[in-house]
Amino acid sequence: MSKNITAKNLNVYYGDFLAVEGINVEIAKKSVTAFIGPSGCGKTTFLRTLNRMHEVLPGARVEGQLFLDDDDIYGPGVDPVTVRAMVGMVFQRPNPFPTMSIRENVLAGYKLNGARLSRSQADDVVEGALRGANLWNEVKDRLDKPGSGLSGGQQQRLCIARTVAVKPDVILMDEPCSALDPISTLAIEDLIAELKQEYTIVIVTHNMQQAARVSEKTAFFNIAGTGKPGKMIEYDDTSVIFNNPSNEQTERYVSGKFG
Amino acid sequence: MTPDESQTSVKTSQDTRAGRKAAKKASSDQNNLVSKDKAGAGVDRGFALLAKFAGIFILIILAFVAIFLTYNSFEAIYREDEGLVIGRFLSYAWPLIVGTLTVSIIALCISAPVAVGVALYISHYAPPRLSKSIGYVIDLLAAIPSVVYGAWGMVFLSGYLANFYVWVHEWFSWIPLFAGTPSATGRTVFTASVVLSVMILPIITSVAREIFIQTPKLHEEAALALGATRWEMIKMAVFPFARAGIISGIMLGLGRALGETMAVVMVLSAGSFTWSIISSGNNTIPAEIARNFGETGDGTERWHQLIAIGLVLFIITLIVNMVARWIVSRNKEFSGAN
Amino acid sequence: MTQSTKDKTPTASSVQGPAGPSTEVDPAQIIRPKSLTAGNRLPKWFMPAVLAGAAVLGAAISSAIGFTITLWLILTAILYVIGVYTITRIKVGPRKATDMLWRNLVYIAFVLALIPLVSVIYSVSVVGFQGLTNPGFLTSEFVDADGRRMRSSVDQGTEAGEHGVMGGIAHALVGSLAITLTATIISVPIGLLTSIYLVEYARGGPLSRGITFFVDVMTGIPSIVAGLFGAAAMVFFLGIGNSLGLPMPSQSRMGLTAAVALCVLMIPVVVRTTEEMLRVVPNELREASYALGVRKWRTILKVVIPTAISGIAAGVTLAVARVIGETAPILITAGMTEFINWNMVSGWMATLPVFIYEQFTRPTDPNFSDPSHQRAWGAALVLIMIVMTLNLIARLVAHFFAPKKTGR
Repeated sequence: MSKNITAKNLNVYYGDFLAVEGINVEIAKKSVTAFIGPSGCGKTTFLRTLNRMHEVLPGARVEGQLFLDDDDIYGPGVDPVTVRAMVGMVFQRPNPFPTMSIRENVLAGYKLNGARLSRSQADDVVEGALRGANLWNEVKDRLDKPGSGLSGGQQQRLCIARTVAVKPDVILMDEPCSALDPISTLAIEDLIAELKQEYTIVIVTHNMQQAARVSEKTAFFNIAGTGKPGKMIEYDDTSVIFNNPSNEQTERYVSGKFG
Repeated sequence: MTPDESQTSVKTSQDTRAGRKAAKKASSDQNNLVSKDKAGAGVDRGFALLAKFAGIFILIILAFVAIFLTYNSFEAIYREDEGLVIGRFLSYAWPLIVGTLTVSIIALCISAPVAVGVALYISHYAPPRLSKSIGYVIDLLAAIPSVVYGAWGMVFLSGYLANFYVWVHEWFSWIPLFAGTPSATGRTVFTASVVLSVMILPIITSVAREIFIQTPKLHEEAALALGATRWEMIKMAVFPFARAGIISGIMLGLGRALGETMAVVMVLSAGSFTWSIISSGNNTIPAEIARNFGETGDGTERWHQLIAIGLVLFIITLIVNMVARWIVSRNKEFSGAN
Repeated sequence: MTQSTKDKTPTASSVQGPAGPSTEVDPAQIIRPKSLTAGNRLPKWFMPAVLAGAAVLGAAISSAIGFTITLWLILTAILYVIGVYTITRIKVGPRKATDMLWRNLVYIAFVLALIPLVSVIYSVSVVGFQGLTNPGFLTSEFVDADGRRMRSSVDQGTEAGEHGVMGGIAHALVGSLAITLTATIISVPIGLLTSIYLVEYARGGPLSRGITFFVDVMTGIPSIVAGLFGAAAMVFFLGIGNSLGLPMPSQSRMGLTAAVALCVLMIPVVVRTTEEMLRVVPNELREASYALGVRKWRTILKVVIPTAISGIAAGVTLAVARVIGETAPILITAGMTEFINWNMVSGWMATLPVFIYEQFTRPTDPNFSDPSHQRAWGAALVLIMIVMTLNLIARLVAHFFAPKKTGR
């Protein structure tokens, strides 16, 4: 169901520019891992390499190895499409497809891939995914309404439902609450706590309290200066990172001295 | 949709999971992620290639246009039996070139100030609730086909202007442009220019309007907060922002006027070159081609001449359009449009 | 005005003593208003009153010279602008006067632009509506009651009052439809695929920059040159085909040649509009689709294009509206005929614009051109209605089928 992620000596480039350097990390399955750090330090870039979404940007490439359990997602012959079917992603701003209803949005992963589901199968998937995203009770009466008619927080949960509907092994979240109000943020955080029963979750966040609340492990990223590559400074249990970090930069960051 | 593609994508329940495990066992590959979906990837590549070929096809068409025109133009200046006849072609072409430029430039002089005024009206003077519909009304001008403008100029406008020409000739015949017998039918270069000016007005207006509307509200409010009147605000904030846009709109209008055929064919009673813009005479390149191409046998010297002046027209409009774009790109950093 | 107020109201500098020569005025004084109502001293009825005065004065002067409505209107406008400027300048001040001057000039520019629009629509509809109501105008070919081709004797019969205006435009409607449809079928796939390439695949390489540049160049091709190209290219290809012994149309004047010429005009319009529409599709939607493991071509066909479809449809409709009114390229490629011809690859084909042109410039009966003009204005009215309907459809499509609103 869910899988471990292992990065070995991973470098990310944009053209000739080294954006992220030398990442080594092991992320355990069915856990929540938070990436924190100042802006521009490469957390989102690294997150996007986990399902090869960075390749969407021109000139982006990766050196090193990244394993999903035992399989290298950058191995020869691996299709990014396959990787993304296994590693789902939730984006910074909620982005339901505007041409589709709520129901169609949840089924988007099947529909877009041309899979034919029977009516009852589809109903099961929709209900399961929306329940999984704590959205079912709010939208069950208006499944045929456009997804863009929901509130921001509901839209974001719809996007999570869309992601869990295809049952990925890993869910990546790129600052999923940065565009939401505190109540919606709380709803998403509760949801993350439930989702980790089944999925490996990696979340990038600017909000240190959020990282402390939801994650079991935390990785701190930092950048030496403009034009320098981002690096992973420290990776440990969340409680250690926030209470007793071994690195001085981490200490300064979590205590709010910079960033 | 291939069977195995649906297999990788439909992962509703355990059975596909089991299927995947089976696939893993069956596969001798170490890497479980290696795509078994060769067909899907193939379609992806095929679609990309198709899109690319469509783009290349456009380049081929344009190359064909250039090659055909150039190749067929060649015999207008070189006949197998006579050698170079470039002088003959030039004496044929220059009145047409001058005529085309005259008509277009007069049209521009009439149209540009009015068009900019209309654009200003829509963007800064009209009641805000009406301005959108007023914009549509002006766009209607662009929707009327050129042949209808030609008919309007020929049947309606030329008769109206004929009296005006008599009057102008009476008072201003010392200016060479208004010398010469005024045309009784009014089907003159000036009438053609008026018709063209109506036709290019919506083009200039829409470009200018777009750019006026984009003027940063901050700049406008800054000017108003300093106590500027509306006109001073426009001079301070709108025009500096929009200058490049206005010029490129005018150039686009010029390009359109140069290539416009039907209005001139129908309005102008063509003849040999004259400086007067109120008597009949003169001709433009597009009108010359439209009038004569049908009646000219393929491959005759005349046929080649017509294609050659077509090429000349093409080059002139090309230069005008390039200059317009160059102005836009040169001023991009200063316009603040981004 | 400035002077007098300054004497009465002491400024900060004049109170504080001898700050320098008396000519030195605090620069702020030049623009600072003297009272809150200074710019507002003219009553509301000021402008209408000036306009009325100008109209009366204009009427007087124009009737002295020789009254025509045009002259009267022009004089009124000039007097009005000058009058408002002068009075404002005296009563309020030069800045307000300049503001009023330009405001009036802008208003006049707008009215000036409306005149030809009203005039064109008026002249088309007055005679055109008459032409349109002639029996069989939309349904019959360009023939008399016996189905023989129109000739001057038929119109002479009309002149003598034997029968109404004969001859319809069915042949031209069919030709316009066939040629435009063919051009659309060729242009839209090429244009759409090209814009997909530019937006979704190209990454700023030389090919995409070249295509963008040359599409710009194509937008500027004069329509008559496109016609020349169509004609010359068809002669060339028929020559090749014949030399290879392939069955080829016997002459290059045919509907297909016109359609090819129109494609040259249509493709760049389609590329530009669809490209713009595809570019505004938010990148987040593409990424959301990729993140679900959807292939790129499916993402394009099922996410990007549906999101942009209303804009694309509107753009294509506008492109059709643009080429359906084109005359020059068709005139030199498809010619003119009196009868319906559905065959794209054989024989001349009539179209509405060319029909209008021919009827105006070569009336069927040169001595009595009224029936020809009536038919031509009628055809012009039909053409304008087609073009405007297409424009309207484009706007409605863009407005009502924009994804956010319906979401289906």
